[in-house]
Amino acid sequence: MLERTLKGSKAYWRVLIGLLVIMGAGLLCYLYQFHEGLKITGMSRDISWGLYIAQFTYLVGIAAGGVMVVLPYYIHDYKAFGRITILGEFLAIGAVIMCLLFIFVDIGNPVRILNVIMYPTPRSILFWDMIVLNGYLFLNIFVGWNVLAAERKGVPYRKWVKVLAYISIPWAFSIHTVTAFLYAGIPGRHLWLTAIMAARFLASAFAAGPALLLLLCLIVRKFTKFDPGNEQLRTLGGIIAYAMILNCFFLLLEIFTAFYSGIPEHQHSLVYLFSGLEGHGKLVPWMWTSVLFSGIALILLIVPATRRKIDTLAVGCVAVIIGTWIDKGVGLVIAGFIPNPLDHVVEYSPTFPEIVICLAIWATGFFVITLLYKIAISVKEEVGA
Amino acid sequence: MAVDRRKFLKLVGCSALFGLGAKTAIDIFAPGELEASMKESLPNGKKKWAMVIDMDKCLQKQAEGKCTACITACNHEHNIPDFGNIKEEIKWIWQDTYEHVFPTQPNRFLDEDIEGKPFLVLCNHCENPPCCRVCPTKSTWQREDGIVMIDPHRCIGCRFCMAACPFGSRSFNWGDPRKAPKELNPDYPTNMDYPRRNKGVVEKCTFCEERLAQGKLPACVEACAEIKVHALHFGDLNDPDSEIRQLLRERYAIRRKAELGTEPKVYYLI
Repeated sequence: MLERTLKGSKAYWRVLIGLLVIMGAGLLCYLYQFHEGLKITGMSRDISWGLYIAQFTYLVGIAAGGVMVVLPYYIHDYKAFGRITILGEFLAIGAVIMCLLFIFVDIGNPVRILNVIMYPTPRSILFWDMIVLNGYLFLNIFVGWNVLAAERKGVPYRKWVKVLAYISIPWAFSIHTVTAFLYAGIPGRHLWLTAIMAARFLASAFAAGPALLLLLCLIVRKFTKFDPGNEQLRTLGGIIAYAMILNCFFLLLEIFTAFYSGIPEHQHSLVYLFSGLEGHGKLVPWMWTSVLFSGIALILLIVPATRRKIDTLAVGCVAVIIGTWIDKGVGLVIAGFIPNPLDHVVEYSPTFPEIVICLAIWATGFFVITLLYKIAISVKEEVGA
Repeated sequence: MAVDRRKFLKLVGCSALFGLGAKTAIDIFAPGELEASMKESLPNGKKKWAMVIDMDKCLQKQAEGKCTACITACNHEHNIPDFGNIKEEIKWIWQDTYEHVFPTQPNRFLDEDIEGKPFLVLCNHCENPPCCRVCPTKSTWQREDGIVMIDPHRCIGCRFCMAACPFGSRSFNWGDPRKAPKELNPDYPTNMDYPRRNKGVVEKCTFCEERLAQGKLPACVEACAEIKVHALHFGDLNDPDSEIRQLLRERYAIRRKAELGTEPKVYYLI
């Protein structure tokens, strides 16, 4: 089936070449970083994780979000999603690849990365994150590929594929739970030290992942002969609506506990995010943008008329992605370090090469997704689904 | 028995899997046993090293004028480069004001003798260290004598330990320490006996384990004694007759963020 990536329209090639150009620019920046060290980034002794780890965290959510089409199809026998499970699985593959790349570029000594396998350390959550992420990648490759191959040949897929598909469902929950545990288990970082972290991560994942999937479905509908179907899109819209409500609810729970209890350490990071601390407030405009877009998303998703209309639903999905990306892909990770353990406010802004490397990894993910979607859709067009 | 290419590859593959699996199994069911059985018993295995900082004496000295004897001695001993900016800063032992060293004990009506006064900070060598818990490669670990160590040759530079440390005691080599500006570091490296690090690894105070092995005190403690201030005391917590245990019996001591349960082993006498 791989050969299907080699034939395509002019627009298809333009997209691929555009992505390759960004990837090339990122590679150059990465070589510079590899040579000079992470000092070329905006990270410091106080903000020791930056945009790379924040993007990683966000994309684990996108990857886990794919399960929101797989679960109804396999567990609830919701047949309509059978048309788009492959798109969810292939989106997850692209997202996990981005996650692994973001970890890789964040490592100070990338040539030693195999030490994680050579000295396996089960007490470290990072060790488990490596296992669940790689496992999820392979599960999605196996299941997606085999289901698609069976569809092409017009035969039912094998039993073991279904077993793997069932395994992949709790596995998707595990990737984001383990990623939340990276943060939720460390003392002294009060923004992260919260039992609701994993639940919050899953809620935002199940909003953002399906929202991106829905937008990709609309792109597929516009540019190919394959139609993911209106019923499918509307069901996705309902899932996104519930997940986004939960996501915002969980954030409000955090705010309640921090401010009603009145414990200063629990408030500092939140105050920094939403109104600035000791005269520092670089993230304040970002966070209020996030609030604004989350609000727009909630309105468009909750009001039945706007949720059922595909155009407004699409706008709602864009708003979900912007709102959750700022919240999780910028604010959560960076503000966890503010104030620092000695109660100083030190701020962070990414550097130009750091941003280019981030963009290049996103481009790599979308390059992979474009190729995989090309394969899936040309098969679907061929069998006339 | 003839071994063809196919059989050979199978054999190699299976042995590799078995080898990796056995190591993992030991790590899960008997963590640390393998490493423990491989390393020779330390001469001071039964000890628990700790530091007691007599802030009365330290602040008395500071009142006469800025004193950084201990910090200078440490920087010299361990080739700590100066980059001239806080972004790339590497610190093993440094000073901050009382309010920042003990941020969880706010008090608007503070004793004038300590309000805004410089306190020493360094790695606490916690008895229950979160940094060691999170390290994915065991590059940072706790020795039997309680010292929290870092292996700069194994560290992959993920900086999980820096996020996990509630005391901000860890520094990262954001760039190559050997490229530190010459004008700020005219005699760098300052100590050829101590290993210089490469970029991309974490480092911090080690209680001068290299000096302890030679029967010497940590460089900071020695430097403080040399200028006859004697504010820094170092010794064995497990020995009830040690100097530090006596000090802790007689004087009121506090520790940084003790409520987090990491059991810091640096005590401040107030």
